[in-house]
Amino acid sequence: MQRLPPLEPGESARCPQCDEEMWRRRDDPVNRTLALAIAAAALFVVANSVPMLGLTVVGRSASTTVFGGVLDLWADRQEIVAILVLFTAIVAPGLQIAMMLAIAFGARRLHPRRWVGVLIRHHPAAKTWSMIEVMMLGVLVALTKIADYARVIPGIALFVLGALVFVLAAMEASFDPRDVWQRIEWVDRAPEASIVWPDAEEAQP
Amino acid sequence: MSAAPSSAMGWGLQSCHVCGLLSRPAAGARQGRCPRCDEMLDFRKHASIERTWAFVIAAAICYIPANVLPVLTTSTAAGSESDTILQGVVLLWSPTGWPLSLIVLFASIMIPSAKIIALIYLLIGVHRGSATNSHQRVRLYRTVEFIGRWSMVDVFVDTFTAALVQLQPLMSVRPGPGLLFFAMVVVLTMLAVESFDPRLIWDMASANEVQHG
Repeated sequence: MQRLPPLEPGESARCPQCDEEMWRRRDDPVNRTLALAIAAAALFVVANSVPMLGLTVVGRSASTTVFGGVLDLWADRQEIVAILVLFTAIVAPGLQIAMMLAIAFGARRLHPRRWVGVLIRHHPAAKTWSMIEVMMLGVLVALTKIADYARVIPGIALFVLGALVFVLAAMEASFDPRDVWQRIEWVDRAPEASIVWPDAEEAQP
Repeated sequence: MSAAPSSAMGWGLQSCHVCGLLSRPAAGARQGRCPRCDEMLDFRKHASIERTWAFVIAAAICYIPANVLPVLTTSTAAGSESDTILQGVVLLWSPTGWPLSLIVLFASIMIPSAKIIALIYLLIGVHRGSATNSHQRVRLYRTVEFIGRWSMVDVFVDTFTAALVQLQPLMSVRPGPGLLFFAMVVVLTMLAVESFDPRLIWDMASANEVQHG
């Protein structure tokens, strides 16, 4: 348990028990997060609507999107894996971006409403299962494998997804949940009896 | 050294793992909620050890078919051929492709097995109340948490290889039964990491310090 010192933007506080970073003050966290979330949403829509990979071999050609890969798995009777790929490559990243957009919009108020807190509570789950960067590596390996016997054509979505990996990382890094928690409307409006220090925190590895 | 406890539990306080607010537990045995964000409050994650063991054991069972059964079947005019994960790594090995082959070897074979072993080691450490090298064990936990998602690489490789190479009757690639078990290993180990409460590592360490004075 640790009382956090006041920090300047860019400074961070670490846990004395396990050395985990507990809080890092960011510059202008709400507006930067909002800008990056809007950019991520635009890239995400493009990445899922244009082809990602194509190939030509002896005059025949084929191409696929991310969702096309899911449909093929389903058709090959791999329903569970298809759902997992759908979830980690499309649903979770989509939720991650949509939730962050809503959080950043909601956090522009001086005292954000309670629903902002609900979204912040569930955001880490979407983040854990959103695996765009892992999928990018998988696609690159698949390209290399196929390149042995066919000509592969990287689609626009591949480059858009590459950019999305960096925008998502920047979006998460610019977000400061503590800044929102300190301003948010409390669920329980008369909690004085139970509160110790709003600025103390236990190590949360 | 002061004798004051260093964890919130030692002070009889609960911290909210979502928003970080410290509060006094609700009166009676009823589970309280965080007054700021409404999250359920606990001193430690509920049944953390039991749930982590369940996920780890399930992952270890799935690990065997994941490595023995084929993940991809390639059909050509000359016949069909099935590859397991390890065979996929060997096939990828070439003068130009070896770095990717190493990445897949690392992500698909080494990370899943290392994760299962590391989690069992952490669980046994908590059971034995081990107080030694708790810093290294916390670091191990964090490494496992950070690196685990990369095991999904093979699932994506097989998905997109199979989706793209559909050139009947010349050549087609279909996913094999091993893929399901492999995906389950990744998901189950991620759930195991999530259910483990790393604060148990130093709870034991501080309890032992008190006992041995």
